[in-house]
Amino acid sequence: MLSYALRRFLYMIIVLLIISVIAFIIIQLPPGDYLTSYIMELKTTGTDVSLSEIAALKKQYGLGLPIYQQYFKWMWGMLHGDFGRSFQYGERPVSELIAERLPLTVMINIFAIIFVYIIAIPIGIYSATHQYSKGDYIFTVFGFTGLAIPNFLLALILMLLFYEYFGLSIGGLFSPQYKMASWSLDKFVDMLKHLPVPIIVEGTAGTAGLIRVMRGCLLDELKKQYVITARAKGVSERTLLFKYPVRVAVNPIISTIGWMLPAIVSGGAIVEIVLALPTMGPLLFAALLTQDMFLAASSIMILSFLTVIGTFISDILLVWIDPRIRYEKGA
Amino acid sequence: MRDEGKKTSVEESYYVASQWQLMWRKLIKHKLAIFGGIILAIFYFVAVFCEFLSPYDIYEGGVEYIYCPPQRIHFFDEKGFHFRPFIYEVKQTMDPETWRRIYIEDKTKKYPLYFFLQGDKYKLWGLFETEIHLFGVKEGTIFLFGTGKLGRDLFSRNLYAARISLSIGLIGVALSFLLGSILGGISGYYGGTADMVIQRVIELLISIPTIPLWMSLAAALPPDWPPLKVYFGITVILSTIGWCGLARVVRGKLISSREEDFAMAAKIAGAREGRIITRHLLPSFLSYLIVNLTLAVPFMILGETALSFLGIGLRPPVVSWGTLLHDAQNVRTVVLHPWLLIPGLFVIIVVLAFNFLGDGLRDAADPYK
Repeated sequence: MLSYALRRFLYMIIVLLIISVIAFIIIQLPPGDYLTSYIMELKTTGTDVSLSEIAALKKQYGLGLPIYQQYFKWMWGMLHGDFGRSFQYGERPVSELIAERLPLTVMINIFAIIFVYIIAIPIGIYSATHQYSKGDYIFTVFGFTGLAIPNFLLALILMLLFYEYFGLSIGGLFSPQYKMASWSLDKFVDMLKHLPVPIIVEGTAGTAGLIRVMRGCLLDELKKQYVITARAKGVSERTLLFKYPVRVAVNPIISTIGWMLPAIVSGGAIVEIVLALPTMGPLLFAALLTQDMFLAASSIMILSFLTVIGTFISDILLVWIDPRIRYEKGA
Repeated sequence: MRDEGKKTSVEESYYVASQWQLMWRKLIKHKLAIFGGIILAIFYFVAVFCEFLSPYDIYEGGVEYIYCPPQRIHFFDEKGFHFRPFIYEVKQTMDPETWRRIYIEDKTKKYPLYFFLQGDKYKLWGLFETEIHLFGVKEGTIFLFGTGKLGRDLFSRNLYAARISLSIGLIGVALSFLLGSILGGISGYYGGTADMVIQRVIELLISIPTIPLWMSLAAALPPDWPPLKVYFGITVILSTIGWCGLARVVRGKLISSREEDFAMAAKIAGAREGRIITRHLLPSFLSYLIVNLTLAVPFMILGETALSFLGIGLRPPVVSWGTLLHDAQNVRTVVLHPWLLIPGLFVIIVVLAFNFLGDGLRDAADPYK
């Protein structure tokens, strides 16, 4: 178990390294860089940029170097907690920008996952045990609809409804008066008021998916012979359900953390852009559009880091819960 | 497909029916799936004939039509019922208080609706030049879904968008299916080093959150690419992730079923590997593949919509549901012009239909239950 966890951990580090390379390459893909768009902007505003100034800027940003040198410079810095500097946010360190937004991102994602599990598992169990009942149909329709509505559309519609009926703007995570304020109880309460919409929106798709998974697994499990045997022996329906099939069916649920976390982080990115939350998604988006390369690459890294950790945890949990897995992997 | 010529009893026909016939019989019993299938058929029909079905050219607009709300088709007026539907004239005026553009129905002027009417010129599938549209008005305007910020007919634009959005789903899934089943098959059946490598690649791709990855890749498409190239670029980007899930399903199922007795029996009987995979193993988990495929199509459609909504997917002049929704980004705009959200409705309907169909297929693909 420990050696498996250790190997898995090492492997996670390697994955992160490769992702960093991929992230950096992707960021380099678009023609031009931040400097060219920056110079263009200066020119359109009428400011003349001399060649020597361009050279100075290039040197300052380290853009003159070959790509692999830029990468190693960035990588080396990252190991020391220096993610490079953002261009568009007036030379602020990337690490600072990310540190501002990461806790909120993680918090929203974790809440969204908790939301998904709390809603999905009981509904999944109910739907499986009451297959083809009215409730099952209602939940199925709900689940399908949740899967079908694009996250950003749901966010947009909720914003619309709130705006229309309550005259509130629910964009952002804080009311205007708390935006710049330091943390206080009032600010915290204000944030809690803004939290439900992003959490519900980000959790909807996951909930719908998980209900289907849970229902499917449990249905498969309920058809197995040991269930019939137990029933024939007179085990009460409730004990039977929670003692065996549910426990087996929850197994795939654990492994779904592996994909649900990326899904929530990823789907959340768009929701956060639409809702204008102070989180990672909008940061990455703005960085991509302005070719703010260190910021963009670091954002991708951090977002991937979140999901890699998630997969790591789900793998460990899975081995811990289901001992059969270990033999399959030949560990 | 069904042998109606032969007179067989119900029971007999059950036993002689092939697996696919049984699946079909089970599928048509699944009402939701049939419903979804019919909806999809309609949508794809519209997508194929969008030029003919739409009353206007999608690039023609005008200041006099900016943000015109949807016009209603009427059958009744003060004189009673008319067999030929008609449309009232709308006039653009300024709201004296808010200074906003508003449209007023002028009930004195009626324009009857005609079918197979000559209108804007177009080339059906880029081949046949014609001017015939399914319906239209000779004078006045007919904006069933209103117009956008350039005064272009949104009904026509939605129909054209269906073609792009729906086809991107199919092409994307075809690409991912090809990649997924080949790589997943190799990985699952042979195991060993190939399995290792493929699994690591998949894990790598999966561990980068999809939308941010798509966003970065889409943002990397050069802005000077022609629309068609961008279209394929986006399709490829969407399937870079799409195949992973499928490959995992194929692999997992192959691993669990290759140890089954029937696979062993086939092996002992001397069947070649290709035959074991395609004839014995593949059918045993076909249901999962089909469910995954039908669920992957809407995933692609949603992906394209999301990217285009953000403005980094398909770009104008290409019209997809996503690019149409791009105009609905601002809440204030949407509050004033709610018909801009109609494309979103179509996305939801199509995705739902795919899910219903997929669910029905899943039940049907295992007909012996």
